[in-house]
Amino acid sequence: MNPNETVGVSAKARKVVMATIDEVAAKTAGNQSPPVSRRGFVSLLLGGSFVASAVAFLYPVLRYLNPPKMADMGSDSVLAGKVGELKLNSGKIFRFGSRPGLLVRTAEGDYRAMSATCTHLSCTVQYRDDLREVWCACHNGKYNLEGRNISGPPPRPLEAFDVQVRGDEIFVRRRREA
Amino acid sequence: MSPINAASNWLKERLEWDDLVAPLRKKAVPLHRLSYWYFLGGITLFLFGVQVLTGILLLLYYRPGANEAFESIQHIMTQVQYGWLIRSIHSWSANLMIFTAFAHMFSVLFLKAYRKPRELTWLTGVVLLFLLLGFGFSGYLLPWNTLAFFATKVGTEITGQIPFIGGPALIFLRGGEEVTGATLTRFFGFHVAVLPGITTLLILAHLLLVQRLGMSVPPKVEAEWTANPFARREMKFFPNFALRELMAWYVALGALGALAAISPWNLGVKADPFSPAPAGIKPEWYFLFMFQTLKLIPAKVWLVDGEVLGVLVFGMAGVLWLLLPFFESTKASVTKSWITGLATFALVYITGMSVYGYLAK
Repeated sequence: MNPNETVGVSAKARKVVMATIDEVAAKTAGNQSPPVSRRGFVSLLLGGSFVASAVAFLYPVLRYLNPPKMADMGSDSVLAGKVGELKLNSGKIFRFGSRPGLLVRTAEGDYRAMSATCTHLSCTVQYRDDLREVWCACHNGKYNLEGRNISGPPPRPLEAFDVQVRGDEIFVRRRREA
Repeated sequence: MSPINAASNWLKERLEWDDLVAPLRKKAVPLHRLSYWYFLGGITLFLFGVQVLTGILLLLYYRPGANEAFESIQHIMTQVQYGWLIRSIHSWSANLMIFTAFAHMFSVLFLKAYRKPRELTWLTGVVLLFLLLGFGFSGYLLPWNTLAFFATKVGTEITGQIPFIGGPALIFLRGGEEVTGATLTRFFGFHVAVLPGITTLLILAHLLLVQRLGMSVPPKVEAEWTANPFARREMKFFPNFALRELMAWYVALGALGALAAISPWNLGVKADPFSPAPAGIKPEWYFLFMFQTLKLIPAKVWLVDGEVLGVLVFGMAGVLWLLLPFFESTKASVTKSWITGLATFALVYITGMSVYGYLAK
């Protein structure tokens, strides 16, 4: 490694800076005033302090603009509904934290649960009993009952949740990464 | 040519910028031992700007409504990053602004700056002060805490005492018979839409008048200068005075930041319309002198209700105050001393009654 090369500063940039300094020095060599005039120095100090304090005042404002994260309510498991609440071949929306979830009872009688936020542009999806599919009304996106995107614009599947029936209560849980 | 120069030339050719700023360049500020008082209006303007900016910031999180207002401010104060700072600056700046506006008004009175040809400047200024009090009164309710709830109840009740128009005015202000969520919605609308609109227009008119008429020289100083023309001094408004004013603003901003950090505004207890008023209920300090006066007037004076009499007297005093310049002599060299006397009396009365109201149980 070249000993003259400082980390992060290329030799080319260094050359340019040195040349500029030389140029200033050459210009000021003819007259008596130093390269940085007293006025320039004071202006630099004043301007610098002004900018620093402006940053100090703007920083809280920028932080303020950023909304605080809402705590996701409760654990990963929520009560989505009661057994008997859903007919065969129907679905309902439940609250999963601050977002909607979709609970479906298939025509065969098992329960499926998934995120109800369409992966296309975040509309809330619904269960269509005539199609036996999950459908998004905004742009005609379709998902199967596993949450896989099967037709229309959605780019990704809906996040599928685990369903547990305990007594007459149906709990929905986020799937653990294997 | 540097890019900045190029951009400025581009704008110059299109806006005829030079003509616009020419009066500003010509403007000069008289320089004498009382020149410091010229800063107060500018500082008030600056604090108004702070109010607009912090007000907009608060609007990002504030939710009007009896069930949400208190909680949303609680959210601002505890959850939002630097929310406590923004809200405290808004409250502190509001109070300082009313103080500097009062100080500005009295300085104009004592330096006789309201005289011909500046009657309209005075008129717009006094109306602006009333509007600021309206801002204070309407903004005070927005956190929907106990103090604000009862202060609004009392304040609107006093409005209801005005003969003939009092009843409808009370219903209009409260949005019903009682102070409820409907009142909060109205006050919110007044505070963030109606008052800012009117105030901005009036500030523009006020500034335009100041710009057009120039700074007033106090009669005493003017007499000295007439006697000795060589003593006449002035300072260019731009950049000399403007930079000094900027420094004053900078100090004001620092003071605001310090006050807000050392003594953040508290939120109090959520209003409950069905609980008794807590002891020691008092309005904001700038209403104290009126509040204390109303407390001192007996229930009946001859055949008139004490409250009604108080409201009438304050109303008439307000109108007289507004029209004060029109009682003054139109000759530049003659001033009426009773106006200065009245101003002194008002200052002593307002200060005295405020202190009395603050100390009184």
